Parts: sequence; structure tokens; C-alpha cells
Amino acid sequence: MIKLQINGQVREVDVVEDTPLLWVLRDVLGLTGTKFGCGIAQCGACTVHVDGKAVRSCLLAVGAIGNRAVTTIEAVGQTPAGARVQKAWLDLEVVQCGYCQSGQIMSAAALLAATPHPDDSDIDAAMAGNICRCGTYVRIRAAIKKAAGERQA
Amino acid sequence: MTIHTVSGPSRALSRRTILRAGAAAGGGLLLGFYAPFADAAAANTSGAAPSDGGPFAPDAFIRVDRAGKVTLIMPQVEMGQGVYTSLSMILAEELDAAFATVAVEAAPPSDALYGNPMFGIQATGNSNSVRAFWKKLRQAGAGARAILIEAAALQWKVDPASCTASDSEVIHPPTGRKLGYGALADAAAKLTPPANPPLKNPKDFKLIGKPLRRLDTQDKVNGKALYGIDMLPPGVKFAAIAACPVFGGKVAHVNDSAATAMPGVRQIVVLSDLVAVVGDHFWAAKQGLEALDITWNDGPNAHVNSAQIRKDIKAASEHEGAVAKSRGDVEKALKGGDPIEAHYEVPFLSHAPMEPMNCTVHVRPDGCDVWVGTQVCARAQAIAARVTGLPLEKVTVHNQLIGGGFGRRLDVDGIEKSVRVAQKVDGPVKVVWTREEDIRHDFYRPIYYDRITATLKDGRIDGWKHRVTGSSIMARWFPLGFQHGVDIDGVDSAIDEPYDIPNMRVEFLRHEPPAVPTGFWRGVGPNNNVFAIESFIDELARKAGKDPLDFRLAMLGKTPRLKTALELAAKKAHWGDPLPPRVGRGIAAQISFASFIATIAEVEVDREGEVRLRRITCAVDTGIAVNPDTIVAQLQGGLVFGVTAALYGEITIDKGRVQQSNFNNYRMLRIDQTPPIDVHLIKSGEAPGGIGETGTTAGPPAVRNAIYAATGIALRRLPIDREVLAGRKQP
Ligand code: FES
Ligand code: FES
Repeated sequence: MIKLQINGQVREVDVVEDTPLLWVLRDVLGLTGTKFGCGIAQCGACTVHVDGKAVRSCLLAVGAIGNRAVTTIEAVGQTPAGARVQKAWLDLEVVQCGYCQSGQIMSAAALLAATPHPDDSDIDAAMAGNICRCGTYVRIRAAIKKAAGERQA
Repeated sequence: MTIHTVSGPSRALSRRTILRAGAAAGGGLLLGFYAPFADAAAANTSGAAPSDGGPFAPDAFIRVDRAGKVTLIMPQVEMGQGVYTSLSMILAEELDAAFATVAVEAAPPSDALYGNPMFGIQATGNSNSVRAFWKKLRQAGAGARAILIEAAALQWKVDPASCTASDSEVIHPPTGRKLGYGALADAAAKLTPPANPPLKNPKDFKLIGKPLRRLDTQDKVNGKALYGIDMLPPGVKFAAIAACPVFGGKVAHVNDSAATAMPGVRQIVVLSDLVAVVGDHFWAAKQGLEALDITWNDGPNAHVNSAQIRKDIKAASEHEGAVAKSRGDVEKALKGGDPIEAHYEVPFLSHAPMEPMNCTVHVRPDGCDVWVGTQVCARAQAIAARVTGLPLEKVTVHNQLIGGGFGRRLDVDGIEKSVRVAQKVDGPVKVVWTREEDIRHDFYRPIYYDRITATLKDGRIDGWKHRVTGSSIMARWFPLGFQHGVDIDGVDSAIDEPYDIPNMRVEFLRHEPPAVPTGFWRGVGPNNNVFAIESFIDELARKAGKDPLDFRLAMLGKTPRLKTALELAAKKAHWGDPLPPRVGRGIAAQISFASFIATIAEVEVDREGEVRLRRITCAVDTGIAVNPDTIVAQLQGGLVFGVTAALYGEITIDKGRVQQSNFNNYRMLRIDQTPPIDVHLIKSGEAPGGIGETGTTAGPPAVRNAIYAATGIALRRLPIDREVLAGRKQP
């Protein structure tokens, strides 16, 4: 049994240690908001937070997580940055098919938590690992700026 | 707003449908298009409610329940193009329903009841959802409104003409009386909708034309939205599959001793052409698959390679094609001038939707459930029935949100494979393609080879001969679309090119690549044609010594809507303003999917041949813009999709196998490479055009022509060749 802290709860899972977190979330715990896109850390669809940092769960072995806190898209709205990002995403109609957006939102929320007022190059650096096949990048950039601006409000 | 999926048995087939009202199960009003002369026997086998005129769908098209909630049974699938919202808007507009209360349910499989009026089958594609359902949904909404008003008028004993409707209420202005649609639903269900209910004058539209919030997005930002890949029916197991890496190859032998010993691996399924490993979760299945020792029988295609395919299509293109369109005397015009000829080529492309192919299936002796996101719901049901041998009505398709379609989910190969695997598995199984499997077993956008020859007279085009050589996807997918040697998709945007050319001929020459399956890919035929035509137009402009903008504008007399769009795009892009060295602007002007679009890309090409996008400006006249913000979003996204292909997209074949496998070698544009994209909508009262694919067709030629302007190098093949742009290789 491996113990994990996921979205504020302790979860025990019976899988081998090198199983990537992605598949434990999706197939064992039923948290399907975190998506599979490539499996090789190329697309960002599987992004979660581990102690607040954006991490690709497709390459993160569950045995390596230990006591660190995992946050997924299902709970990121409970963080201030996550809630602002989700709101900006809706306000600016970022989403198309939506499949990549869990990962986009997780990356953006981690960016804003660490860098409350990102400039374009901060956004590029934080978000270039997240592919959107629907091509919503222009709106993602605008929504991150909007979410950053609403911080003071 | 709620969205949920329903599933149901198949319906009777019939082409003729008329609008009809009835009582919904559990009370309320049901409105649908029904088939008056359909075979009565079909009604019995389909389980449809019997009625005097023929089968009537229990789900129908529109439901109004006793609480006044309006539900639209959505014939089209949502894959990010905003169709749930735009079609709901069209219905609510004519129904005068309170938009916030409109719910959407995915339609069950039925070509007869939910067939796309432009195809005759249930399909979401060709950028035509709004175009195809524009009239039908308006009529349905207006018909429902008419009987709701009639029901109120009967109750109040007043003239229906003295009543009006708004926000899901019928109102009698002289007395101020009001009745909600919910209170009227049962009474209205007993009435007959008028055959031709009057439709609103567009100037009275309250919803259409407003940038409304999308209905499907809330759950897409919090992880709640469910796609096919998220299905977890009780007891589900997970499967990873491998088909022979060589197209058409078979399984020769499998040694599974290592795999079966792995933790979480439950079962190995070996079929003639593929192997699947079933496990407790996908990772276990995938690890098991990798541990299998599979010997493939490569079959006859092990020699197939891209170099030969390209040679063959080029050679084939020297032959005459079937004439798709002819005007004037093209031979005379070409002989009378100094013909200029150029050839253009586009490569195979994979769709690579972010949601990899997947399908969850539960096969039982007496039935089959299929959970999948498909663009062709009825075909999904039919293939599952065929594989299992079950009657259609025993197959239930639970259609889900789609994490990117782009044409990939117009084919049901993934469903077929999954059902075959599921036949061997006890209980439900979710088959998921790895990205590698997804890219290597696609239906690829075909390679096309275009020859265009033209003559100039007085600085304008006089003769024009365009031959498109390539695969006919229609011949396989929709044979009606391939007649007399012409694939209507293959010549789309070529036979209706926008310029005033007195003498022209467009030919299609079918040439199938060996072994490589081809399919529709966002932008379809127009992708290839707009690239070839607009590239050539720029080359002709240079030959004529004209500015590419002026050259086009002078020939757009017959296409004023495109002319206006091009003038607007040029103004917004500051066409003609000076630029730094190695920076250029390029135009793409097109009519595609009944929309008129002008695009200007501004790019910089560095000494290494790398291309940086600086800005893309687009002006579009797509007729009445139902949900303007969605149109802007579709163009932004479509442009990214097209530009991605122009800069990176190519699937190559060696030894019968696809050489690309994942996003590391099949690259996608990323946010740090995406420039500002400005989209300007032109107000129009014309019927709506298609929009989902138009940006994709516009991106590549605009970028190619911007490179031409920046460097003088006339690229004639996609994706762009950086070696050529760096001067290390001849074009
Ligand atoms: S699935 Fe993890 S980065 Fe693509
Ligand atoms: S919204 Fe579809 S992949 Fe990003």
C-alpha cells in the first residue's frame, strides 16, 4: 500500500511503486480531470501540483511522492490562484474542446502562485510545456494576465 | 444549463420528415421531425412509440417539461467548436425560450432522425453544423412557439395573433396575462404545429449575434467534464493495444510469459491483426504490452516509403484528370500567352487530437454498450452491431464530449478494434491508444500534388488550369461525393476559387497511396487547394510586377464579400507599411465552407531558416454570426492548427511504418511561438457560413507568402523547409 496526500485527503493505493501518478489518479482513484496526452512529459495535459509546483504526473512515480501534497484540477479551485485562473478562463472563453485545459489551468495557477505578475516571457516559460491542439494560446495568455490583474481587486 | 448524454435504440430510416408534436413521457411537450411514411415494421423493431402516422421518436428534437425546462436533443457533437451553444441559441431564438433554462442532451444514434441535412447521415464535420441545422432548428423552434401560443390562446379564449412570447412565457399584451411554457406544455402536445411557421426577421433577433457564454465550458475548467477516455463503468478494466507497425500486417506469434507475470496484468488478447493487454489500470496494461514478445508478419507493405510515394504521385499527376469545372477556352488562353507553371505538394498529416483514441465497450450475449466520443454516432452503432452480430437496437452508444476531433473521429476504426477486444473480455473494458499508437495508426490527411498553369494578360490572369492529384476520401467514406472521377471535397475551394478568370479548368485525378489509410483532416480539401492557389497567385503577382494585394483586389469583382474582407484585413495589418529586413507579410484569400476570409501573416525568417510568427490578422464575412465570440475563437484556433502544419506537420513512411510517434517528433506549435492573432468580423445578413475549419486553410498560404515576401524564396511544399530558407538547399 502506498499512502498519498491528494487534495487534502490521505488515500491508500495498492499499486507498484513505479506506477505514474497519472494512472493512479485516473484509473485507481477515479479522478479523471487530470488527462493523458502523451505519456512522455511533452504535452502537459497531466499537470498536477506537488507542494504547489506544477509537475507532469505521467512521469512521476507514486513511490517517489512521499508526504508531499498533491493537488489536482478537481481541487485547484480551492486555492486563491486556481480560483482566479478558472474565473479568468471562463470570462475570456479560453476553452474549446477543453481536453488540455486541466493541465493549462494547473500550470497557470502554479505560475501565478509563484509569480503574481508574470510578464510575457514568464508566461512563455511556464506554459510552453502545455500543448493545446485547439490552439487557444492567445486566450490563455490574455486570461493569465487577467487573473494576475484581478489579484488586487 | 445542464448537459448529459442519453442513449437509445436505433430508429427507423426515412428521408422525409415533418415537424410533429406529441406528449413526452412523464408529461410535457415533445417536438420532433418524424417520418410520415416510414415502414411501420421499423417502428416495432426500433421500440419507438407507435403513432398514427408512423414512427415517432421518444426523444425527438425538443422537449418542454412541465417545469418549463427546454431540452434540445443535440444532433451534433461538441468538440470545442461551440456547437452546443450556437445550435441552442438558434432554437431558443425562434422558440423565445429563456436561454439560461435550455438544456442539451446528446442525441442517440439515428441517421433518420438526427441526420445532418447536408450529408443525410448523422455526422459532425465539414464545418457545417450551423449551416446544416440553421433552417431546421429555426423551424422547430418556431413551430413549438406557435403551438405554445395556440395553447395559451385557447385557454384564454383569445386570438393567437394577439399573443406573443418571450423568455419561455406566452403573453397576452392587451390583458397582461402570462403563462409559462411549462404550464402550457401538456396542452400544446395535443396540437399540430403549422407546416411553415413564420421565422423571425433577423433584425428582431435577441440571441443570435450576441457573444454568449459557451454552455459547455464550466465543467471543463474544474475537471468535471467527461470525455470518452474518462468513462469508468463499474468493474471496468483497462486495455492497451498494438496493431502491426506495418500497415496491413498481421500477428505471427506472441510470447506472453513475461507479460502475464506482471502485477496488474489480467489478460492478453491476441487477434489476427492486433494484440491487447488488459490490466487493472492503463499503466499495468501498457507495461504488459511492452513486455510481450510479438512477432509480426509485415505482409505486402513492408517496402512502402515516402520517397517512392512522392515520386509516384508526381508521375501520376502528369496524366489528365477528370474535369471538375471548366469555363471559357483554357487551351486557347494557355497557348495564346506565356504559360507559367508551378507544382505544389502537401504531406501526410496525423490528427493528433489531445484526447488520444479510446473506446470503452461492454459486450454481453444480449447486448453491447459503447462509450465513446464520435463524430458519427450512427456509424459507431452500426460497426459495433456488425462486429458483435447483434441487432442494431441491442447496441447502445453513449456519445461523450470529444477532446478534439479534427476529422479523426469521423472514422470508426477505433470502435471496431475496441469491440473486437471487448468480445474477449468479461465485463467492460476501456481501450486506450498510447500517443504512439494514435499517431502511427491514423487515417492520414492525404498527400496531394497540385499542378497549376496560368497565363497573364494585361496584368491579370487570363488562363488557369489546376489539376489536383491525390486520394479520394469521399470514395471510401461517402461514395456519393466521388462521381465521374471527381472527389467533391478534393476540388473544394478550387472549383469555386474567387478570382475573375475568364478561362479556367479544374481537374481531379484520383491517386491512392499504397497502404496508407487516408481520412478527413480539419480543413479537408480546401487546405490543399487554398495553399496551392494562393501560393501561385503570389508568384503570378510577382511575374506581373504587381503588389500581391492590388493583384488580388483587381480580380475580385465577382466576389465583393471577399474583396471587402481583404481590404479590411490589409488595413488592419498595415499592409504596405515598411518592415525590417527579412520580415514579410503574406496574404491568403479564400472562399471556403461558404465563408469569405482574408488573412495576412507577418513573419520573420532568420539566417538559419527558422520562421518566427510576428502577427496574424484575419477578416471574415461568415454571414450571420450566430455566436460571434465562438467564431473568433474558432478562427484563432484554426489558424494555430494550420500554421502548426505549415511549420512542422509531416508524417513520413519508411518500411511500411510511420516514423513519427509522439509530440517530440510530431511537433505542435506552442504558446511561446504563437503570435497575436486579430480576427475582425464583418457584419452580414447572409445565411451563416462554416467556420470551424476556415482558419486552418488560411494559415499555411498566408505564412508561406509572408516567407516569400521576406526572402524571395518560393516554397512549394509543406511543411516549410528550413534548409532551403537558410540557403543550404535548392527549393
Ligand atoms: S501526458 Fe504527461 S505531459 Fe503529456
Ligand atoms: S482546448 Fe482542445 S486541446 Fe486545448
